[in-house]
Amino acid sequence: MTLIGFLSYAITIFLMVAGLTIVVSWGNLIKTLVGLGIFQTSVYLLFIAPGKLIGGTAPILDPRFTVYSNPLPHVLILTAIVVGVATLALGLALVVRIREAYGTIEEDEILALDAENPDDGGPRA
Amino acid sequence: MNVSAHLPVLQVVVPLFSAPLAVLFRRASVAFLLVTAASWAAFAIAIALWQQTGDGQVISYAIGNWPAPWGIEYRVDRLSAFVLMLLSGMAAIILPYSRASVEREIPSEQRYLFYALFALSLAGLLGITVTGDAFNIFVFLEISSLSSYVLIALGRNRRALTAALQYLVMGTIGATFIVIGIGLLYLVTGTLNLADMASRLGQVNDTRPVLAALSFLTVGISLKLALFPLHQWLPNAYTYAPSAVSAFLAATATKVSVYVLIRFYYTVFGASLVFERLPLPQIMLVLALAAMFAASAIAIYQDGLKKLFAYSSVAQIGYITLGLSFGSLLGLTASLVHLFNHAVTKGALFLLIGGVRAVMGRSRISHLHGLGRVMPVTSFGIVLGGLSLIGVPGTAGFISKWYLVLAAFEQGQWWLALAIVGSSLLAVVYVWRFVEVAYFREPHAEASERREAPLGLLVPAWILVLATLYFGLETSVTVGSAKAAAAMLLGLSP
Repeated sequence: MTLIGFLSYAITIFLMVAGLTIVVSWGNLIKTLVGLGIFQTSVYLLFIAPGKLIGGTAPILDPRFTVYSNPLPHVLILTAIVVGVATLALGLALVVRIREAYGTIEEDEILALDAENPDDGGPRA
Repeated sequence: MNVSAHLPVLQVVVPLFSAPLAVLFRRASVAFLLVTAASWAAFAIAIALWQQTGDGQVISYAIGNWPAPWGIEYRVDRLSAFVLMLLSGMAAIILPYSRASVEREIPSEQRYLFYALFALSLAGLLGITVTGDAFNIFVFLEISSLSSYVLIALGRNRRALTAALQYLVMGTIGATFIVIGIGLLYLVTGTLNLADMASRLGQVNDTRPVLAALSFLTVGISLKLALFPLHQWLPNAYTYAPSAVSAFLAATATKVSVYVLIRFYYTVFGASLVFERLPLPQIMLVLALAAMFAASAIAIYQDGLKKLFAYSSVAQIGYITLGLSFGSLLGLTASLVHLFNHAVTKGALFLLIGGVRAVMGRSRISHLHGLGRVMPVTSFGIVLGGLSLIGVPGTAGFISKWYLVLAAFEQGQWWLALAIVGSSLLAVVYVWRFVEVAYFREPHAEASERREAPLGLLVPAWILVLATLYFGLETSVTVGSAKAAAAMLLGLSP
C-alpha cells in the first residue's frame, strides 16, 4: 500500500479529532453542533473509502465485469447520514428553544443564569 | 400464517407502528390507548419469547426471509428475552401512569406527540435488544436516543432544554464512538452479523484494529450507560424530564446499554480477549468503585429528590459494572439480577416522586416536611424503594447485593464485600435524609392537611413497589433467568 493509500484514513482521523475538539472546546452551542456534525461526517468516510476498489464497478453479474466495489457501506452510510441530519435538526431546534428561554446560546452565560436563579424544584425556575 | 413464528419482529414492529398512528390521530386520548395497547402487546410477546427460550433455544428470525449473514437477523436468546421482558414490562406499567402525569405536566397540544415519542423510544430499546446485526444496533440506538432527547426537553423547567442538549451532544458522541467501533469490526471481518462476526474474529482476535474497535465500543457504550465518570448527562436529564420519562429512562435506557456491552464483550469479542488479554476488568473495577462511592456521596448532598435518586442511579450502575468486572458466572449473574432489580426499584421511586410533584408542586427535600403525614401512602412507598436501594433483606436490592458479595468472595476479594457494604451505608444516609424530613418534621402550615396522589399515579407506582418486595422474596424469575443467561454467555451448561 503506497503512502497515498493512507490518505483517506489520514483525512478520516483528522476530521474525527477536529470535530471532537470543536465539541469540547467551544462554549457556543451552535459551534458545538458544528463540531458534532464534523465528527459524525468522519465516520461516513471511515466506512465508504475502504469499500471502493480502483477500477471496480457496481456488483452487476456480467462477464464483462470482474472487479466489484462493495455497495453495502454506501447503504449503511445513507442511513447514518439520515441519523446525522435528524440529530443536527433536533440539536438546532433545542438551541432555538434555549435562546427563547435564556436569551443566549453561550454556555457560560447559560450556566451563570442558572446559578443566579437557583432551582427551587418548582415547575418554572 | 403462523403468528408465533413472527414474534421477534412483532416485538419491535407493534410499538414502532403505534407511533405514526398516534401522530395521525392527533388526539391525546386515542394516542394514549394505542400506545398503551402496543406496550401491553409488546409485554405479552416478550413473555411468550421468554418462555420459548427458557429451555436454551435460540430463536433466529430472518427479516424479509434473507438468510442470516447477508440479511438482518433478529436473534432472541435467554439474555435478550430477559431484557425484553424488563423493558416492555416497565413500559406497560409506566404508560398507564403517564396519562394522569402528562395531563399535569405537558400542554394539551403536545400530548399526542408525547405518546408517539414514548412508543418510538420503546421500539428503539426493544430493537437494540432483539437484533443480531451490529449496524442495526446503532440505528435502533439512535431511534431510542433521539426520541428520549425530545421527551426530556418536554420538561417544564427551562433547564430541561439544556439537559436535553447536553444529553444529545454526549449521546451522539457515544453513538458515533459505537459506530466507529462497528466500522472497524466491519473492515476487519466484512460482516455485520454479530454471530458471524464472532466466528470470523476468532482468527484475527489480537490485531490492532480489533483492539481499537473494542476500545471505541467500550467508551461509546460506557457514555450511554453513564459509567462514572462519563455520567454527567444523567443527573440533569433525569431531574428535569417529565416524571413518567424520568421513570422510564431510569428503568430502561442505561440497562439496555449494559445489555449491549455484555453482548459485545461475550458474544462478539469473547471473554478471553476482554478479560484476560486486556486490563479491562481492573479499569472497570476502579470505575465501578468510584461510582459506588463518589456518586453516592454526591447524592447525599442533593436537595432535589429527583437529582438525589439520579446520582443514586449512577452509583447503582457502579454495582452492575462491578459484577461485570469479575468476569465470572456469579459476577455476571449478580450484574444481570441487579440490572433487573434496580430497574424495578428506581422505576417505582421516580413514579412515586412524580406523585409528590403532582400534589406538592415540587420535590425538594426542604419542602417536604411532614410528607409522611401529608402523603402517607406515597411516603411509605418511597421508604420501601429506599430500603431496596440500601439492600435490606426482603427487598429486591438485597438479592442483587447478596450475589455481588458472593461473587466478590468467590474471587477471594473479601475487601470488595466490605466496599459493597460501605457504599450501602452511604445509601442509608441519603435515604435517611428523606425519612427524617418526611416523618420527623412538622408539615409546613400551608400544606398540612392530608392529600394523597391521585389513584392514576399511585396504583402503577405501587405495582412497582410491590414488585420490589416480590422480587426480594421470590427469585426464581430474576436469579433463574440471569443465571441461565450468564451460563449461556460463558458457554457453560446451566
